[in-house]
Amino acid sequence: MPSMLEVSELTHTYPGQQAHTAIGGVSFEVTAGQLTCIVGPSGCGKSTLLRCIASLVTPTAGQVRLRGQPVRGVPEDLAVVFQDYGRSLFPWMSVRGNVEFPLRSRSVPRARRRELALSTLERVGLSGAEDKYPWQLSGGMQQRVAIARALACEPALLLMDEPFASVDAQTRFELEDLLLRVRAEQDTTILLVTHDIDESVYLGDRVLVLSKSPATVLADVAVELGQQRDQISTRESELFVRLRGEIARTLRNAPQNRGEGDHDEAGEDEEPGEVDSSGEDRADEPALAGSDSTGSERGSTE
Amino acid sequence: MSEVITPSRTRRWRGGLTASASQLGVLAACVLLWQLATVGVQSPFFPTPVRIITEMWQLWFSGGLGTLFLTEAAFEDVLPSVGRLLLGWLLAALVGIVLGMLLGRSGNALAYVGPLLSFARSIPPPALLPVFMVLFSIGFTLQLVTITFGCLWPVLLNSADGARSVDPVKAETARAFGISRAHWFVSVVLPAALPKIFAGLRISLSLALIMMVISELVGASNGLGHAMMLARDQFDYERLWAGIVLLGILGYLLNTALSAVERGVLRAVPR
Repeated sequence: MPSMLEVSELTHTYPGQQAHTAIGGVSFEVTAGQLTCIVGPSGCGKSTLLRCIASLVTPTAGQVRLRGQPVRGVPEDLAVVFQDYGRSLFPWMSVRGNVEFPLRSRSVPRARRRELALSTLERVGLSGAEDKYPWQLSGGMQQRVAIARALACEPALLLMDEPFASVDAQTRFELEDLLLRVRAEQDTTILLVTHDIDESVYLGDRVLVLSKSPATVLADVAVELGQQRDQISTRESELFVRLRGEIARTLRNAPQNRGEGDHDEAGEDEEPGEVDSSGEDRADEPALAGSDSTGSERGSTE
Repeated sequence: MSEVITPSRTRRWRGGLTASASQLGVLAACVLLWQLATVGVQSPFFPTPVRIITEMWQLWFSGGLGTLFLTEAAFEDVLPSVGRLLLGWLLAALVGIVLGMLLGRSGNALAYVGPLLSFARSIPPPALLPVFMVLFSIGFTLQLVTITFGCLWPVLLNSADGARSVDPVKAETARAFGISRAHWFVSVVLPAALPKIFAGLRISLSLALIMMVISELVGASNGLGHAMMLARDQFDYERLWAGIVLLGILGYLLNTALSAVERGVLRAVPR
């Protein structure tokens, strides 16, 4: 299998008075078609890692290669599904408008855009909802729209940042199975970040276990559960139970890189809704109306 | 499969009706008081509202069907004023929205020009009229510049503020999907900034009315401001009052129209 993604010695330190090293030299490789889960404790820098790979954040050191080419700027054949669907979808666009939006910037002709959007929406189980607006849909359905938007771009690499962390357990199972199904159909390479060990084992071909910040790769666990997985029987299987135990033990027994105070520093942890805003706010918004609106929106994350 | 939340139309409609009925009642009561007071005072400087309205009618709205009841004087006094007002305001809106959105998303640029903007905004535009009179010959250009300058700042500052307040997650999403600059501004920043933009437009519309009158007081050969100057010079206080009342009505109608546009646009662009 050819290599899709190569991350070598990636390090990222958030600048500031209390400079905070989120990632401390992470290296791994993802082959094409693989679904890799990255699991790690809250605040370990998983999201930062994902953002570095997507070039949304420029890493302090290290390199990211996509199909052998060093990544500079946000790569075109990349799509991202964020945790916070409510804020990542555009409320003034219909469901179809949201799915078509990235395609418009990629100069996909109108008829083809429509076709792609409708077929992708059908695949995520949203036929008939194309003319609705995101806020008219339930949380799970909104995240389906976000997944459809990413898939419609036919990305070489799909990045997912805790995509199912903000939906209820039942919906979560449905969305996990949906992901496995579309992935089997489209053969997309997927890198999924989660803090849920069970989810990482259930979804992944492989699980990368990250330490507390500054994040390093603690273990690289192959998940040989086969392509067909079932929410009940897979989770009961001996291998599943053994793997999740193994990962949990790895995380618990990991040497402490830093003190307990890690969390508070620079505020760059993985808690829902906090990750993205803090970085952006500091970067270019001197804070006036901006701080006000992010504050109120943050509250409505669930 | 989904819950659509729309407040009951009928209830809102009925609420609107009762509100406007009581509003009309208050208005009628005030006009009645005004009538009684002016009848009592019998001052030539304070004609009764009935006489003012009669004067307005005779002066501007007693024309034929062919001119939509507008008299020749209306074409001389009212229409040029409304034309200048709208043109100056639209010009300010265009420049203010485009420049404001660019400034709002440019990170440091706003920080650099911020004090400059505050300075420019703080100058009462009428104070600049003598300067404009030197720069532009008295006439249409002077009026347009005065109105546009007065209207520009609220739109610009509000647009910048609105553009800045784009949700960081949406900004990151747009970057991650490689959204082009044009699409980013038109389809993300503009819709997100619309409520603030409209707030700015509303403020500047009332400023436009003020600036229109002021510019016509000094540099015009027609228009409402000019007509009111003449009326004052001729001690024709009924005509002067007719102008004042017409300005009030004009401001009310413009604001109502803009509110209707705002409601329509914000409904078509939900958030």
